[in-house]
Amino acid sequence: MDLSSINPVLLVASIMVSATPILLAAIGEMVVEKSGVLNLGVEGMMITGAVVGFAIAVNTGAPGWGFLAAACASAALSLSFGVLTQFLLSNQVATGLGLTLVGLGLSSLIGKPYEGMKSPTLPKLDLGPLSDIPVLGRMLFSHDIMVYFALALVAGVWAFLKFTRAGLILRATGESHDSAHALGYKVVRIRLAAIAFGGACAGLGGAYLSLVRVPQWTEGMTAGAGWIALAIVVFASWRPWRVAVGAYLFGGVTVLQLNLQAAGANVPVALLSASPYIITILVLVVISARGHHGAPASLGRPFHATT
Amino acid sequence: MVDTLLSISGLTKAYPGVVANDAVSFDIAKGEIHALLGENGAGKSTLVKMIFGLVAPDKGSMTWDGAAFAPTKPSDARRAGVAMVFQHFSLFDALNVAENVALGMEDPPKPRDLARQIREVSETYGLPLDPFRTVGTLSAGERQRVEIIRCLLQEPRLLIMDEPTSVLTPQEVEILFETLRKLKSEGTSILYISHKLEEIRALCDEATILRRGQKVATCVPRETTAREMAEMMVGASFATPEAKPHVPGEVLLKVQDLSMPAPGAFGTPLRSISFEVRAGEVLGLGGVAGNGQDELLIALAGERPAPAGSLFLKGQDISAAGPVARRDAGLLSGPEERLGHAAAPDMSLVENGVLTAVRRQEMLRNGFISWGRARGFAEAVIERFDVRTPGPQTAARALSGGNLQKFVVGREISQDPDVLIINQPTWGVDAAAAAFIRQSLLDLASKGGAVVVISQDLDELMEVSDRFGALNEGRLSPIRPVSELDIEKIGLMMGGAHDMEVAHVAE
Repeated sequence: MDLSSINPVLLVASIMVSATPILLAAIGEMVVEKSGVLNLGVEGMMITGAVVGFAIAVNTGAPGWGFLAAACASAALSLSFGVLTQFLLSNQVATGLGLTLVGLGLSSLIGKPYEGMKSPTLPKLDLGPLSDIPVLGRMLFSHDIMVYFALALVAGVWAFLKFTRAGLILRATGESHDSAHALGYKVVRIRLAAIAFGGACAGLGGAYLSLVRVPQWTEGMTAGAGWIALAIVVFASWRPWRVAVGAYLFGGVTVLQLNLQAAGANVPVALLSASPYIITILVLVVISARGHHGAPASLGRPFHATT
Repeated sequence: MVDTLLSISGLTKAYPGVVANDAVSFDIAKGEIHALLGENGAGKSTLVKMIFGLVAPDKGSMTWDGAAFAPTKPSDARRAGVAMVFQHFSLFDALNVAENVALGMEDPPKPRDLARQIREVSETYGLPLDPFRTVGTLSAGERQRVEIIRCLLQEPRLLIMDEPTSVLTPQEVEILFETLRKLKSEGTSILYISHKLEEIRALCDEATILRRGQKVATCVPRETTAREMAEMMVGASFATPEAKPHVPGEVLLKVQDLSMPAPGAFGTPLRSISFEVRAGEVLGLGGVAGNGQDELLIALAGERPAPAGSLFLKGQDISAAGPVARRDAGLLSGPEERLGHAAAPDMSLVENGVLTAVRRQEMLRNGFISWGRARGFAEAVIERFDVRTPGPQTAARALSGGNLQKFVVGREISQDPDVLIINQPTWGVDAAAAAFIRQSLLDLASKGGAVVVISQDLDELMEVSDRFGALNEGRLSPIRPVSELDIEKIGLMMGGAHDMEVAHVAE
């Protein structure tokens, strides 16, 4: 094995890129769960975002439109989950799993004509002097806009939940929907908004995969990223900055194992490919062993106003 | 009339299959404490929800200070000056006091100002509270303070209190009443909902009594006896439970220095609890909610095994035995939470009967359940305890709270236990049914059973127990014969008034 073939500068730079789609999906799902809804359909929404974003970007030639369309399409898909679980009171776990299956099927249908095509991709942002800093500039300040948008979104979500009244109401809804209802807050409306936000974020994450990270459409290309996003929310104990840490950790392991494969590490390739998932499971087990870790108290419980 | 703050006329609200309120009319004067009395299901909550804007009436109207009043959402009602302290607290465990207060306000000030205001109001009314404590760590009495302060900060003109004293010690109740009288002297009207008749007699100026959605009477509580009010609520007279004379027999259950850590983040640890119960005796365990009642029941029932040498049934160490083994040995139990703990909500009464009685009632034949016997058992319980249900195959969830309570208590009593541990046997049950359940507990004791009743209703404990002990933060007070006790002493056993102080009425 030749470890010297791994360039630390490129390694860090590619970690940032590979973490971004999971970060986007995870921060959206965290908001959904904070409102008390467990949407297991992240994978389905991501891949829908990936295919819609790719198709629109190819047809318009503008990746920006691709991202926008991806966010809208996934938000719309998530709202179908919202209607089923919030109005028709279907089981959230089953409906979320169904949403994943629908998303996977729908995406391969839409994506068939686009296989093997190449899409326009996002330009690297020119951050002027920042990008020119030796080493650091190459590592941190020479990425496309979505990398920074994802981080800004984490900061925004953090500030929203911590400082705004709307954020407080959202947290309260996830904590006890009965109490929130008794105080006159519109539980269903708040949750639908959160679900749509989570869907849009997952869509952006998916589009980032197909437009920047790969950039190509292949069937099933999310390859479990949505599930990892779900796991990261638990790993992060429902805290925004820890979501970022979790996403970068997972991104880091993914990139590192790719680099190790390329460097010819003396470990079976299958094991290396599986390592990000194994590490995610291990971290989750360790975190869960601590017991109480701050899950919203109403998470996954159906709400029916008994007036 | 100028003195009338809220006038309700002909309010009607029907739900499918039931008329919750049928043309209810009454007035609340300014500076009046008005009691709303009625059994569970009499329509008190629906009426209050209409005043608070959570439910829209089908018919009828309200006037507020002379003007028409039809709130469509709670914020309308709050803006008019209605504030409500909820029965089941509308609080959020994971948030702190200030955040909880802010959620109940229309235009909350900045967090720092709010914290200052909370401190001011809490001092004025003798309700000390730290704005930055997490609500999940507060005692039941403290949680109620959060609710009251949330209301007071909005300077309400009408304060609605739904069953406010069920979680307080007698001393805390007295302090609450001082606060309410101070508010009344400042011109605030109070609508006070309760079924504790002595409290209403002590506090309220006028009472409206509801039965099955209709207003059946008004009275001046001071001039009416509790018994008369109870009979107006029920619409019939009923027998008061009576204990038959009996001599305590041998010790059936002995608890010796039982200590257990808290089961969860917000639970209570048990700290060296010791007591004995003899055959033919009822031991009453009181205490404010959340002082270890659930944890003690779980430990005695066997849901959590206890440390060796701490529990003895008829001289045998049962500390490590699970619930099934304890049931076989003759120790039965009934937890407080009816749906989900005492009964499986979506299973029928027959199936729920099988769950605890399968072995004692010999419902197994070669490992298979004999549904004929199971059905017979459920029917016998329904018959003997007057459970109102379409039939034994009805799901537990479909029964009203009181009827399900009769079923789960009856299910245990019908199995002729040697020792019965029961938590809140009459919670949410109407007066006549409660009297019946208490009588059955007394009958069980007179037949030689040992009964431990855990309850937050002191009147109930005084009525059924031979001896009384109080739980306070997981410790058990010394056990004393009920004949030596009065409400004042019991209050002190329960931990007195904690750190509350009487409202500064003189100011």
